[in-house]
Amino acid sequence: MLARIQVGLKPTFIDSFGEITKKRINTDLKLPVESVRTVKVFTVDADITEEQVLQTASGPYSDPVTQDYSLGPLAMDWKLGFDWLIEVGFRPGVTDNEGRTAAQSLELLIGRKLTRGEAVYTSVQYLISGPLKKEDIENIAKNLLANELIERFTIMDHKEFAVAGGVEPFAAKVVGENKGQVAEIDLDVSDEELMRISKEGVLALTLDEMKLIRSYLARPEVQEERGKLGLSEKVTDVELEVLAQTWSEHCKHKIFSGIIDYEDVTSGERSTVTSLFDTYIRQPTADIREKMGDDDWCLSVFKDNAGVISFNKDWNVVFKVETHNSPSALDPYGGALTGIVGVNRDPFGTGMGAKLICNTNVFCFASPYYDKPIPARLLHPKRIFEGVREGVEHGGNKSGIPTVNGSLVFDERYAGKPLVFCGTVGIMPSEVNGHPSEDKKAEPGDYIVMTGGRIGKDGIHGATFSSEELNENSPATAVQIGDPITQKKMFDCLLKARDQGLYNCITDNGAGGLSSSVGEMGEDTNGFELHLERAPLKYAGLQPWEIFISEAQERMTLAIPPDKLDRFMALCEKMDVEATVLGNFKDSGKFHVLYDGKTVACMDMAFVHEGLPKMQMVAKWEPKTHAEPMLPEKPDIGQELHNLLARLNICSKEYVVRQYDHEVQGGSVVKPLTGITNDGPSDAAVIRPVLDSFEGLVISHGICPRYSDIDSYNMVACAFDEAVRNAVCVGANPEIMAGLDNFCWCDPILSEKTPDGPYKLAQLVRANQALARYARAYGVPCISGKDSMKNDYLVGDIKISIPPTLLFSAVAKIDDVCKAVTMDAKNVGDHVFVVGKTYPELGASEYAAQHGAIGNSVPQVREKDAHARYKAMSQAMRRELVASCHDCSDGGLGVALAETGFAGGLGIDVDLRKVPVSDSTDFERDDTLLFSESQSRFIVTVQPQKTAEFEEIMRGTDCMKAGEVIADPVLKLTGLSGDTIASEPMADLKVSWQKTLDF
Amino acid sequence: MADKVKAIVLTGYGTNCEVEMAHACKLGGADQVDIVHMSELVHGEYSLDDYHFLNLPGGFLDGDDLGAGQAGAHRIKYITVKSTGEKLMDQMLRFIRDGKLVIGVCNGFQLMVKMGLLPGFDNNYEEREVSLTYNDSSKFEDRWVTLAVDESSPCVFTRGLKQLYYPVRHGEGKFVSKNDLVHKRIQDNNLVVLRYSDPKTGEATMKYPENPNGSPDAIAGICDPTGRLFGLMPHPEAFLHRTNHPRWTREELPDEGEGVALFRNGIDFIRENL
Repeated sequence: MLARIQVGLKPTFIDSFGEITKKRINTDLKLPVESVRTVKVFTVDADITEEQVLQTASGPYSDPVTQDYSLGPLAMDWKLGFDWLIEVGFRPGVTDNEGRTAAQSLELLIGRKLTRGEAVYTSVQYLISGPLKKEDIENIAKNLLANELIERFTIMDHKEFAVAGGVEPFAAKVVGENKGQVAEIDLDVSDEELMRISKEGVLALTLDEMKLIRSYLARPEVQEERGKLGLSEKVTDVELEVLAQTWSEHCKHKIFSGIIDYEDVTSGERSTVTSLFDTYIRQPTADIREKMGDDDWCLSVFKDNAGVISFNKDWNVVFKVETHNSPSALDPYGGALTGIVGVNRDPFGTGMGAKLICNTNVFCFASPYYDKPIPARLLHPKRIFEGVREGVEHGGNKSGIPTVNGSLVFDERYAGKPLVFCGTVGIMPSEVNGHPSEDKKAEPGDYIVMTGGRIGKDGIHGATFSSEELNENSPATAVQIGDPITQKKMFDCLLKARDQGLYNCITDNGAGGLSSSVGEMGEDTNGFELHLERAPLKYAGLQPWEIFISEAQERMTLAIPPDKLDRFMALCEKMDVEATVLGNFKDSGKFHVLYDGKTVACMDMAFVHEGLPKMQMVAKWEPKTHAEPMLPEKPDIGQELHNLLARLNICSKEYVVRQYDHEVQGGSVVKPLTGITNDGPSDAAVIRPVLDSFEGLVISHGICPRYSDIDSYNMVACAFDEAVRNAVCVGANPEIMAGLDNFCWCDPILSEKTPDGPYKLAQLVRANQALARYARAYGVPCISGKDSMKNDYLVGDIKISIPPTLLFSAVAKIDDVCKAVTMDAKNVGDHVFVVGKTYPELGASEYAAQHGAIGNSVPQVREKDAHARYKAMSQAMRRELVASCHDCSDGGLGVALAETGFAGGLGIDVDLRKVPVSDSTDFERDDTLLFSESQSRFIVTVQPQKTAEFEEIMRGTDCMKAGEVIADPVLKLTGLSGDTIASEPMADLKVSWQKTLDF
Repeated sequence: MADKVKAIVLTGYGTNCEVEMAHACKLGGADQVDIVHMSELVHGEYSLDDYHFLNLPGGFLDGDDLGAGQAGAHRIKYITVKSTGEKLMDQMLRFIRDGKLVIGVCNGFQLMVKMGLLPGFDNNYEEREVSLTYNDSSKFEDRWVTLAVDESSPCVFTRGLKQLYYPVRHGEGKFVSKNDLVHKRIQDNNLVVLRYSDPKTGEATMKYPENPNGSPDAIAGICDPTGRLFGLMPHPEAFLHRTNHPRWTREELPDEGEGVALFRNGIDFIRENL
């Protein structure tokens, strides 16, 4: 029967979900809604009795203390007056996590498993009162409550509702049957036809690649082999899809491994870069490791799902950061949720598998106050902000992984594509069953076993879709909704399997699904045979190629030795984790896939993984000149500082931070918010991953896309430096620090739609050159990274390209967490030091932006000075000489001084004449000195009795005492002329800093 | 007198604070602490009968779907232990009848009220009289709160304690009673063990964010009339060392975090009485 069970908070309770919906309708859509009441609807599509329906409604589906339930319209039972009803439910096939839990609870109650086709679906009713017209309600439904890509909605006014007696039951069932058809595609066609096949199939294969496939199939030995297996000379859809995802930019990083002809117009130099990745990322890491010799603490770099370093003799640390930009543009909640639970699987699937200990998140959005028309297919930035925030909240919190570090970066160009960076750190014993945990290898004969979630149409073409710009044909199926609990259950189980030695190899199913995970593991043995019809499906109707490349979430692929298979399967059964044997790894040299016993794909492993020719690209660097900011002749320093503190890139992010659990697992040492009222901005996180030890990890990052407007070289230099100095701020040991590079670029390939490709590619080359230079200078090796190269929006003639962005994430060791330092001023009378020279570097600064310009004097990173300074600072912290240390970044000294003061609830008195400055510059303007964003600087407070020793250690690092912490809670600044140029109450400065994102 | 105090920390299906909860038990003096997955209880590999102290840690059982702890409570009610055929709930009730101790933190507290273990009037541990519902802010929030201990409460875990400082990390922590009668009975029996309070005055408060969820009577934790079953929203296991304190870099604090005391009290009680 099809039953609707409606559940709602008793009318005597505040419906806080309804209240917040009302608030968002009022503020985001500016519609005069008076009240919103919500009702949860469970549509039960199962062969159960009326009595069982009632038991379910009164049992697991409702809380007798707080909720009412009804099998009819609850609103009628309540005699609730309302004007409009909107009911929002998922479209068929979209992951409905609560529906899944509801189904499991029903199974327990009726004592049997639901059969195929039986299910529980959830939807939400919003009962809205207010003077609203039908189009207002449609606006609310479309632009706030439902995302039509994944959800459907029903609208009724009160009268319609009363006449119809409520909403008709509707089961969002996927109707389809397994036909298991394999199509053959003739590639012996014209070039235009080849490109049409690629484009219409969302394959993102180039003409050269299509031709390469054609010529492979034409080889006589290939044809003979195919004939034996019953395949024709045409390519099957399974094969074509496999090659499309394996060769996609997303998986193959063609731009980073291609050949670039680089020309610098200013110097006239020309050079050829054979691979950005090999030249500027892999090689510097190799050099750093060689220099460390026997002390090399890197264990596995660039080859696995995440990088691995040694934490101590007992433990290894694993770190990976990913992006999930395109899906988050289409469905912010699902995209971001999948982003975080997806990156969780990377450290989990690295080496023999790591336990996950913290998450990091960096989001780049357009302003939530964006007030221009929104181009087609894009969502309002506020909606993206809230959706992403909530997706990561659910993904992180429900997985029990603390979110310890992150940022929000705003720039109008992220309206075209938001960037959602999600990172996860894991820890694993240095040895698992007597073998180094970072190593793993499938053996011929091992079973291919898939665990976790089932396969649906979700995420099909994710890999190829993110290898293209967002356009009107971007497929809805690329969107998925993650399920953190199914994944958590699987992780609990697989960690036990790891410790019992039940598998040889493990990897995750991410982009490309089984095709990618099995294909990659098959490289260990040189071949595999897989049977697609054995794969567990969410619903019928998937074609073989869809089963193979679906990116349905929460799945790991393992290689299980035959003698361990029974134990492994029994463990999974016991722990309620679905596990299925799909085939075997072999040493046949073949990528061999069958469906119902018939071969649907068979290719040489060598062709699949190495068939690709290197891409040839051109890059041309011609620096751009920008207008200088028109700075006021006599700036009101206090007012300028208030305005800066309120800017989106500087203001408090507490609204987001509080909604993420940042201390689960019990090892929190330096939290994201700190200071006397627990709300100052920490520079980095410190955690203690092993609770009976005081050795800790520091997690930090740097990101400054604005500088790309002048030179992406400086953008990377500054992001690198920022990550390192943030880590140093809290007490990291700069000698044991590793980095991760995540490039998010706009399409840099010259084409009709990208005429400025050579410039954008030159930006990429320069970015990489900077990365290599600073990695070597600081001795901070990159251990893992990722690139996302097509962050453009192109619909009609509107093109929006993101500013070239590098997120540099760092993980470092702190030998004793009890010596960690926070950024808040601690005691009246402490000396305030400004450490590091200030240069007149307002180019692309927040202050220049405040005055409507970019300018040209972009900050430089002077690595020799900086590196010595960081080592000295680390030394001072180890001797416990530092009371507080805060990074100077966006908004310069002014912002850093204000934050140091108000986080500590104390005043600061600083004389700008005592600030160390560049030897070659005579600063004439207080604002330039105060708001310049020169790198590698700190604000440090030191107790007077420790000052001498501190100064001794810091000698030669441009460390000057410039003021004092004072009891009067004001920021008092003496200008270059000797006059007081600002005396602002810290409380007021804090209000300016807190009000912007106080949603 | 138990010569060896044995604690069990239940996990699985979305629980996520089991490691620090087990660490708290160790620091509190338990002689044996086992983290046991629900499926291991169900398969009879472990039994509550072998332990004195049941810990129900925080987390997101079943993703908080259907309401926090709701699906988890339903599971314990309906599932049977495979080796014996006994209902897991019966094992749980026997554990309570035997005078043993149960602590539920956050999601564990939610689970306890949804099973009916609390408030446990008249030795009835299956009746749902109270619940925990959505915060007034409708947000999940991670923030530290000051808690006033009701020294007249029978709770064995808070003996000798007056004020505590722990983090809350929840979206559904507003305590509600079925009706005024239930609420009054809880108050009359001094079952409100912890109240959100103003850090300056130490008085119970309804003010946000000191009271983070709008709980009436500022209720943060309650016990049953025997004082042996205790549920609380704030996380004592998140404050086991001074470096967990959000202001440890600016305040003089003892090395041991304030969370350990609750566990030590419980374990001492077991050692003396069981």
